[in-house]
Amino acid sequence: MTTRAEAAVRGLERRLDAVFGTEGNPLRQLGALAFLSLWVVVVSGFYIYIFYETSVDGAYHSVQALSQEQPWAGGLMRSAHRYASDAFIVFTLLHLVREWMLGRFTGFRWFSWVSGVPLLWLAVASGLVGYWMVWDERALYVGTATLEWTGWLPGVGVEAVRNFVDASAVTDRLFSLLSFLHIGLPLLLLLGAWAHLLRLVRPRTMPARSLTIGSLVALVIGSLAWPATSMAAADIGRAPLGVEIDWFYLGALPLADRAPGTVWLVLFGISVLLTALPWLVRPSATAVAAVVDPARCNGCSLCFADCPYGAITMAPHIAGHGLVRMAVVDADLCAGCGICAGACPSATPFRRGAPFATGIDMPQLPLAALRARLDEALDRVAAMASPRVIVLGCDDGAQLADAIGAAMVSAQCVAQWPPVFIEYALRHGADGVLVTGCPGADCTWRLGSGLTAERLHDARMPRLRAQVPRERVDVHWALREDVRSLAQAVQALRARLAAGPATAPAPQPAPALNHG
Amino acid sequence: MAKSARIVAQVVFYALFAAFIAVFATWPSYSLLAPGQALLRLSFSHPGKISTECRTRSAEELAKLPAQMRSAQDCQRERSPVRVRVELDGSSLVDEAFAPAGLSRDGASSAYRRIAISAGTHRIHVEFRDDVRASAAAYQRDATVEARPGQIVLIDFKPEQGGILIR
Repeated sequence: MTTRAEAAVRGLERRLDAVFGTEGNPLRQLGALAFLSLWVVVVSGFYIYIFYETSVDGAYHSVQALSQEQPWAGGLMRSAHRYASDAFIVFTLLHLVREWMLGRFTGFRWFSWVSGVPLLWLAVASGLVGYWMVWDERALYVGTATLEWTGWLPGVGVEAVRNFVDASAVTDRLFSLLSFLHIGLPLLLLLGAWAHLLRLVRPRTMPARSLTIGSLVALVIGSLAWPATSMAAADIGRAPLGVEIDWFYLGALPLADRAPGTVWLVLFGISVLLTALPWLVRPSATAVAAVVDPARCNGCSLCFADCPYGAITMAPHIAGHGLVRMAVVDADLCAGCGICAGACPSATPFRRGAPFATGIDMPQLPLAALRARLDEALDRVAAMASPRVIVLGCDDGAQLADAIGAAMVSAQCVAQWPPVFIEYALRHGADGVLVTGCPGADCTWRLGSGLTAERLHDARMPRLRAQVPRERVDVHWALREDVRSLAQAVQALRARLAAGPATAPAPQPAPALNHG
Repeated sequence: MAKSARIVAQVVFYALFAAFIAVFATWPSYSLLAPGQALLRLSFSHPGKISTECRTRSAEELAKLPAQMRSAQDCQRERSPVRVRVELDGSSLVDEAFAPAGLSRDGASSAYRRIAISAGTHRIHVEFRDDVRASAAAYQRDATVEARPGQIVLIDFKPEQGGILIR
């Protein structure tokens, strides 16, 4: 069931789809955009560090020299470093809000959610230290205000602030320490980001090409139009006035000047709440894990290769009989999407004598039930006018009521349909088959539409057999709200079938794989 | 949406996002002090005197102790809190006792206070008392300071430099 929050997100995404296209929509790639920003920060940071002097006298002047003596290289890098850092925070926060509104934090997703929370703290800490290194009036404010704020915490104390009350207390060592922290904290951030993606197979860490190019061009133009600058050099005898605050990183400090305890309470409270959220909210649907039948698992590892969440491992086969390995499902990691069942080569619907059983299957919607649904759809379409089309779709994509000459049947994910079901439909009365599902960037189970496209394009096992007439098969990716385009695709296939044998349509490119 | 309209819309989105980032990376600015204000900072770290009288050990007591522990004086570890009074033009700004650090209260007393004051000429009177047994303040200092807007007036305590420092 779609919640109000989910409907709001999807509504906004649909509007941006009209501008950027589904695959280039930035809202669907916020995590990847955050990674892109991080890479820009890392590359520009390396450049800046070449020229940075870790000394009281050198810190300010070396940063100033970047802007003044090499504006097209060092100045640009410095500005890109700052603005990409800001963009990283914005994309990360938007990513968090989007996943929350879509309800993607419970069940098997808890680890990805929880591991994302400390990344925000690490990012802000990295930024605070970075501003400190410039050693201008803003740096003096950031250093003093940060230590005053942390000094409020029990057990920390205010002794560290004494390093900023007297010029003699500020030594070159401070800037070596800051450099160490400004490299170490982002390294920890990268380590945390790795853990954040640990449970995703083939995570998307780069946005679509068009979005990458557009973002980088915007960053360069923005950096040239509004170059990052320093304030006056730090003077410990004067309180900085009119500090240019980077509100993305330093926003808490002006508040902490007035109420340090309240700001700690709010930030810690939000962090604890976010961390506990997966257990505070009941999941909308509990995932039922896939089940392996050792008697039918031949250890081919196709399900292992296709699982989007790394829930399947290959272990020694318990049956022996010359079989070496078999699939094992970790129920805690399993999303219950059914993609593994669609990958199983033993899933052939043609066998009628014995019960339809496969090496791996979904208890809540086994392939036998899918075949029964398909049989019903074939019965319905048989009574319709020719040419008759079967639409194989997914529960989260566009749904089509029985229309003239077409009947639709959905699985949990479009990749739960083994390609052999297309052949089955064509041999049992369908004149054509249209495969549909969420577009890659919108795929609920991340890889469903991409894997399906690869299977149908002979790029991935299990393949659609060579003898299946390709001109009778079509693929159309459609958002769940995009029922009209699905209906148009059905009618286009019917028109092509009615026109008689022709060449197969140009295959649709495999959609990009979804990170979320 | 026509392709040209999509491109224009994309450019607008990128420009708006870039402007959003650039603007809030520096604006609005923030001042800790209001115009015409200066800052008075009290900051020190100083261990108070041992809070109780030491007792002289007898020869028998010393003989019972291991050789490396034969200190003639038997002193408790706890130190006195450091009591500080700061007056600005006759008005009390700070009148606090700062407890020694540590579970046994045997560490230094540390303090950090920042107080916004009006810029101009001020008469400052500071008293430090680091021994609970003494009735009078151990250190006192009076100074007249000319504080310009934004200037920081620092009150520190360093016995090796004569005690109370105002600069």
